[in-house]
Amino acid sequence: MKRLTLALALSLAAAIALPALAQARDVTFNTELINYGGDGAYVALYLTDADGQYQGTLWIAGEKSKYYKHLRDWARGSGQRSSEYDGLTGASVGNGRTLNITLDIADELIDAGYEVRVDTAVEDMRDNRADVVVPLTTEGAGKSVSGRGYVQSFHYTF
Amino acid sequence: MLRQLHSLPGLIAALFVIVLTVTGAILSLDPALERAGTTVPAAGQISVAELAGRVAEHYPGAEQIERTPSGTLIVYYTQDGQVGADRVDPRTGQAIAPYEPSPFSRWVKNLHRSLLLDMPGRAVAGITALAMIVLAISGAMLLAARLGGWRQLLRPVRGTLSQRLHIELGRAAILGLLLSGLTGSYLSATTFGLAPEGVEAEPEFPLEVAGGPPAAIDTLPALKATDLSDLRALVYPYPDEPTDIYSLGTDQGAGYIDQASGEWLSYLPHDATHKFHEFIYMLHTGEGLWWLGLILGQAALMVPVMAVTGPIIWWKRQRSKPKLAANSGPNTADSVILVGSESNTTWGFARTLHDSLVREGHRVHTAPMNRLASRYRGAKRLFILTATYGDGDAPASANRFLARLEKITRTPELPVAVLGFGDRQFPQFCGFAKKVETALTAKGWPQLLPLDTIDRQSTQEFARWGNAVGKVLGIELTLVHTPVRPRTTPLELAERVDYGADVQAPTAVLRFKAPEGGGRSGLLSRLLGRTGLPPFEAGDLVGILPPNSPVPRFYSLASASKDGTLEICVRQHPSGLCSGFLHALPIGGTIDAFIQPNPNFRPASGKAPIVLIGAGTGIGPLVGFIRHNKAHQAMHLYWGGRNPQSDFLYEPELNVYLEDRRLTKLNTTFSRVDERAYVQDKLIANGPELRWLIEKGAQILVCGGRDMAKNVMAALNDIVAPLGMDVATLKAQGRYREDVY
Repeated sequence: MKRLTLALALSLAAAIALPALAQARDVTFNTELINYGGDGAYVALYLTDADGQYQGTLWIAGEKSKYYKHLRDWARGSGQRSSEYDGLTGASVGNGRTLNITLDIADELIDAGYEVRVDTAVEDMRDNRADVVVPLTTEGAGKSVSGRGYVQSFHYTF
Repeated sequence: MLRQLHSLPGLIAALFVIVLTVTGAILSLDPALERAGTTVPAAGQISVAELAGRVAEHYPGAEQIERTPSGTLIVYYTQDGQVGADRVDPRTGQAIAPYEPSPFSRWVKNLHRSLLLDMPGRAVAGITALAMIVLAISGAMLLAARLGGWRQLLRPVRGTLSQRLHIELGRAAILGLLLSGLTGSYLSATTFGLAPEGVEAEPEFPLEVAGGPPAAIDTLPALKATDLSDLRALVYPYPDEPTDIYSLGTDQGAGYIDQASGEWLSYLPHDATHKFHEFIYMLHTGEGLWWLGLILGQAALMVPVMAVTGPIIWWKRQRSKPKLAANSGPNTADSVILVGSESNTTWGFARTLHDSLVREGHRVHTAPMNRLASRYRGAKRLFILTATYGDGDAPASANRFLARLEKITRTPELPVAVLGFGDRQFPQFCGFAKKVETALTAKGWPQLLPLDTIDRQSTQEFARWGNAVGKVLGIELTLVHTPVRPRTTPLELAERVDYGADVQAPTAVLRFKAPEGGGRSGLLSRLLGRTGLPPFEAGDLVGILPPNSPVPRFYSLASASKDGTLEICVRQHPSGLCSGFLHALPIGGTIDAFIQPNPNFRPASGKAPIVLIGAGTGIGPLVGFIRHNKAHQAMHLYWGGRNPQSDFLYEPELNVYLEDRRLTKLNTTFSRVDERAYVQDKLIANGPELRWLIEKGAQILVCGGRDMAKNVMAALNDIVAPLGMDVATLKAQGRYREDVY
């Protein structure tokens, strides 16, 4: 279980709307992978707006930045700038293992039309853009969705 | 030093080296197998646009096309919400089979690069690759030193089976191993950030995309202009998203392509360092260079054998190293013994001297010659006991002695006695001892005793030298050198054939078997074809300890252990202790015997003819060679006896071998008949034929008494003189070998 305070580099409008980040809550993101039969998977969790435009990075599983380009949508949105993911990285995720991340998320980001996306990639196997796409809403909390790539099931809980 | 540099990393890394090379050899098959299962159109035949068009017919939901370095095309697609990946035919775009990377290959690959231990394992693998470089280079240097220079590197090698395997395989594999080790070390260094890896081109994402209506993929100009053989990966835009773009990676660079205009929106070439990295990667893996991969894989397969034989060689060397009791330090000793030894036999003599001096109350320091110090503070005398290696060269423990001696500027007041060990058969008898003596004299070292020599480990000569030493020291010094009694096996006489009684040369062919009921003759052993005999080949020697004598007598073996009997040919000498014992031995009588390998005395394999020359009982090993000549290599036997009626050894067998062509030609001479002649006379009579055989690369094996060997050598020198060579040349080429007694 990883805990940290999320300082999202949000769009200017959203940043202004944040009253000193007074209201925030713990959100746990639970990503379970299938048995894809390969080496450790690189996983990017990030936020986009409703149009799929990149807003900020939640977590990158996988330690070698030279492979980050295979997390294609995230790479395109973030420009792979290290300032986007500094302090938000950890080990890659093995076959059939689960990635659990707990982050402090500002209330303003919930029920505000943001989406959580997951990109996944494995060496010598396909890259999955938008393996998972779910809206970040109170209603959606605790509901499992299955991914289209290496993600068996994904849910978040407050 | 060089030897330590070779054996130390070898011993430590042996296991890891085995893992890395076995896995490497398995992985080396992948590129070749992959290439065999793929059609690769020639460069310039198919463009990426054409391929994408064909793929589009079969895969409306294609998301990505990837081309591996070996040319396999993989299409990733989504169909009815299900994702999949297929290998496709580049000419049709049709599926060949689903793409499923082999889990076995992946496992082997992980074992190869990280021993399944992630980063610590990768570090170990990297260090092992470095060790491989050290081993390859130090091994080559050792071999060059052993064979007498870099130009002699391809000369035939001699030694035990382990040594020959280690050297022959190493010689065959060294270039491949060096390449694998160097490239592997570089790749490992990049993993740990110790070497630059360069960066794959990462062009900026275009900020503005016009978003026009998408054009058909096979009409896009940028894709049309890219040849299929340059393709790495083509990633499609999301369907129904006009602002999304194609991303195309090629061997040269990467960029983004507009889905409406089909033009590059951005492009960046790979940097030179990255291209270098990829080139090294290709050299290491063979991905994209399958034939090199196979060669490297073959080379890697030699390593496990070398990793086993290497420690065996090391262990044998260690085991035969003498353990010295009461060895004083170099500055406290009054007597210093320096030893130059290749196979460690000289150490045995040194120990006898060491122990005798210690018994007489001396403080003795015994060390290898390479440890010559510039000063021995308390020493009154120095003994140098040295063998000679090859053609008058220094043996292993003395190869830096002369250089060290040269560096000593102030000659100490230390009288020296040099004792050389050698074999008078060789032209450079005690050559290195003579060099040492000359060098010491030139540097003005005082002499304790003049240079003396010991022929073929003679204990009598050694004892005589000991007396001389004792006289100088004013003590009674008795040097009783007993070679360590070897572990013997009891053998039982099973059969004997007697010859030569009428010509005063009683000679017997004796065949021994392992005694019945020995622990090793159970059912299992018989099923496994074990004979209960120690392993040996025809041409090796058997040492037999006659009763009441600790000194073994050696006989050349006429059979191999796989024949099931140990066969020797023995002539009874009037006062021979051992030959008398053997000739009197009844069937069922037992002897104590051990094998002394003599791997140099063997017919060379191949097509070149073999000339076997012998007289009397010297025929023993020669008959053994003929008996095992199943490949029907041309073999010419020259043999001399006394009288065909009495001592024509092996006559019936030889006739059988002539008939079934194991023996090409039999030339006999007899010395007690009317036309008396010796074997060398026959050689001279057949000079032209022999010359012709030698021109064809023939190898000559001589077995018999010393006088005969001398006469044969003289005759052959005359025979080959017209070819501009002599027996010494043949010897140097490994084509003239003797077993002389």
